[in-house]
Amino acid sequence: MQYSAKVMDHFANPRNVGEIPEASGVGEVGNPACGDIMKMSIQVKDNVITDVKFKTFGCGAAIATSSISTEMIKGKTIDEALKITNKAVAEALGGLPPTKMHCSVLAEEAIEAAIDDYLKKTTGKGLEKKKSLSHDEHHHEHGE
Amino acid sequence: MQNIYMDNTSGTPLHPEVKEVITQFLHKGFGNPSNLHQFGRVTGEAIQQAREQVANLINARPNEIIFTSSGTEANNFALKGILAAHKKKGNHIITSEIEHFSVLNPLKTLEKSGYEVTRLQVDKYGMIDPEDIKKAVKPTTVMISVMYANGEIGTIEPVGEISAITKEKDIIFHTDAVAAAGNIPIDVNGTHIDALSMSANQFGGPSGVGALYLREGIRILPFIEGGVQEGGRRAGTENVIGIVGMGKAAELARLEIPERTNKVRKLRDRLKDGILKTINNIHINGHPTDHIPGNLSLCIEYIEGESILLFLDMQGIAISSGSACTSRSLKASHVIMATGVDAALAQGTVLFSLGINNSETDVHYILEKLPPIVERLRQMSPLYSESQLSQS
Repeated sequence: MQYSAKVMDHFANPRNVGEIPEASGVGEVGNPACGDIMKMSIQVKDNVITDVKFKTFGCGAAIATSSISTEMIKGKTIDEALKITNKAVAEALGGLPPTKMHCSVLAEEAIEAAIDDYLKKTTGKGLEKKKSLSHDEHHHEHGE
Repeated sequence: MQNIYMDNTSGTPLHPEVKEVITQFLHKGFGNPSNLHQFGRVTGEAIQQAREQVANLINARPNEIIFTSSGTEANNFALKGILAAHKKKGNHIITSEIEHFSVLNPLKTLEKSGYEVTRLQVDKYGMIDPEDIKKAVKPTTVMISVMYANGEIGTIEPVGEISAITKEKDIIFHTDAVAAAGNIPIDVNGTHIDALSMSANQFGGPSGVGALYLREGIRILPFIEGGVQEGGRRAGTENVIGIVGMGKAAELARLEIPERTNKVRKLRDRLKDGILKTINNIHINGHPTDHIPGNLSLCIEYIEGESILLFLDMQGIAISSGSACTSRSLKASHVIMATGVDAALAQGTVLFSLGINNSETDVHYILEKLPPIVERLRQMSPLYSESQLSQS
């Protein structure tokens, strides 16, 4: 198994690490049994994500996907951010080893969870339908 | 940049004297050992000598050594071959839940074809209780397969007590000694062992060669059928170069075990004490005293093992991790989990396995590099910030 140079760059020099105090929305996905947890907080102004920070417990790919997805959604509108797929995250990193694709799913879910939290706080209603599978369901796909 | 190798559990560097013997042999050893001519005699005699050297390492007889391609093959061979040859006696096998996959997976397959398998639990040190074995024995029990020592956490199992039970009850005792052979003294007669698996690359020999010791008189079905190599039990032209290397490595290990143990254990303890002094929330895996000399397995709380491994690799330090992310199965190590470590903590497992090539300088270097890596990953971890909040 080999990570791409881009993955190693984002792992060794992760962007936007931390937490936003009084964030507009916070999402935490994953569980320790699966090996990774991502916590993403976003600051939203006029429907645009003006700031984003993450904290991740996980492997090299988990940290790299968290880092690059913060870069991908910063400055984007809520709708634009929701369009980012796990495939796009993996592609932006120059690909991920097959066993690590679930990390990109987790990144996509972390973005959604943070936006969902923001929408609940502001409109009282979260995202209508989550586009991706929950992490647990995804995990089953690996056939345990 | 340093080049520090502390992953001897995955395979030891080739011992310089073994390298020398192999290189010399490459010039003369091409004949097929089954042939009677001078070229065949050269390789045939070399294999015979290696068989004696390997036998001496565990106090067995040369005709009790069957060369294989690996420890994995030796385990498969022992389980499948011995059980098949003793079908009439029964269909029950006792093993532990911390065995290597080369024992666990063949047993899963055997279970599907009608065998009954009892998997014994271990205590927090990864140690089996021989009393549990006594309780698990049935009239249909043919074989007990318990590892000599566990490569992931280092714990040495009570094989002496287990062998006393198997001998008394006339049950065949197989032990996977891949992590133990060549690293700690083994005497298959002092301790009554019927079958034992080992691998050359765990004690300075080349990879791609292992051996199964099988006590004379114990029946086994051939693993690979063909010619008469290895007494017809494991056919195929021998891996002469590998076998010659394994023989030399066994001879050196037998002579040097006390000296190696002394050196490696001291370095391991120094590394352990240094880590405990500089990093908090560390859980040491394995038995505190009964362990493989160079093995130091620990769980570093709040962070994940692969990340630690990658950062250490950037500093030139090579180790192993037992986290889900490092294994292809996406599950944390079954061994660590069996000792009762909680799922999140198990993800932070790292294994430093020291060997004869390591030095004081290596230990100092790691103690300098590891704490900032741990701190950095903890600062990035949501589990760490939550724990800090709950403490304040």
